[in-house]
Amino acid sequence: MAARAAANAVSDAAAASDPRARSLSGARPDRLWPLLWRQMVDATDPGVTAGDEAVVIALRARDERVFIDLVQRYQRPLLRLAQTFVPSQAVAEEVVQDTWIAVIKGIDRFEGRSSLRTWVFKILTYQAKSRGERERRSIPMSAFQTADGGPDEPAVDPSRFRPPGDSRVSGHWAEPPADWGSDAETRLLGREAQEVIASAMDTRPPAQRLVMTLRDLEGWDSTEVRTALEISPGNQRVMLHRARSKVRASLERYLTEAARVTVADLEALFRYGPTR
Amino acid sequence: MTEYLDDAMPPEDRDRIELHLSDCDDCTTYIEQMRQTISATGQIRPDHLPGSVVDQLLAVFRESRRTGS
Repeated sequence: MAARAAANAVSDAAAASDPRARSLSGARPDRLWPLLWRQMVDATDPGVTAGDEAVVIALRARDERVFIDLVQRYQRPLLRLAQTFVPSQAVAEEVVQDTWIAVIKGIDRFEGRSSLRTWVFKILTYQAKSRGERERRSIPMSAFQTADGGPDEPAVDPSRFRPPGDSRVSGHWAEPPADWGSDAETRLLGREAQEVIASAMDTRPPAQRLVMTLRDLEGWDSTEVRTALEISPGNQRVMLHRARSKVRASLERYLTEAARVTVADLEALFRYGPTR
Repeated sequence: MTEYLDDAMPPEDRDRIELHLSDCDDCTTYIEQMRQTISATGQIRPDHLPGSVVDQLLAVFRESRRTGS
């Protein structure tokens, strides 16, 4: 079932990218409903979502606000996906640009066999692959297939676990996760914490950053991410885990270093008294 | 870990992990911190794109209405 949906999504995407394909009378919204209904009753099929219907209709009516929202939302994730296929930032940007043009041209023919966002990402993949082949420098999904950041890169620094053979219990935490403090929950919502998260994500390879963005920032589920990026369940998990672990480690540094500063401040206070 | 957080684990593996967690404060803390990390990440709203990127695409979007392509 999922395979069929994926195949359909690809053919939709291919049609949208094909400059020879002509506009169809299927542009009329009433033609969409039987398809939408079929998707909605078929719960195992990652097809159009309830929110998609309104967006598709608005795009067909050339609603600029809806189009801008879509671009704002997916421009950066699409750029990251493009970066996994083509060697330069400039080419990646062109691929994203071509993808949006294909979306605009293809929206009247979008049949709702996948969710709208999956469809957009499939078009990107199709564009990026053919672009990569044209340039003979394609790195097809290499960022996803090699473990992306080195196969041996552990999610938690191994020095934090007791080594095998340690007289104490091996495999247990030697340096356990630090206490984040009682105000962690509040501080995590603050602007500073958000900046810490954003810059930790920025240090990740594009594929990892992309998976974490779609899962945790955009709230996609694992099936949809796998379908849109054409990656295996295991790969999706590994990349997500690595990215999340790095972000967690950065938050740990941020939350515990700040606590040390507070202690230093208190000491200064005892020594010198309050400053005005 | 990710399977556990996704609630996508076979029940027997899940039971094994929960049995361990019931007895290990450090791992419990770690899992809880991962949950907090995920939820804090979900609060981030992406910055807006430079106007030029949007304007270029908007021009194509408007053009497509006129030509009906």
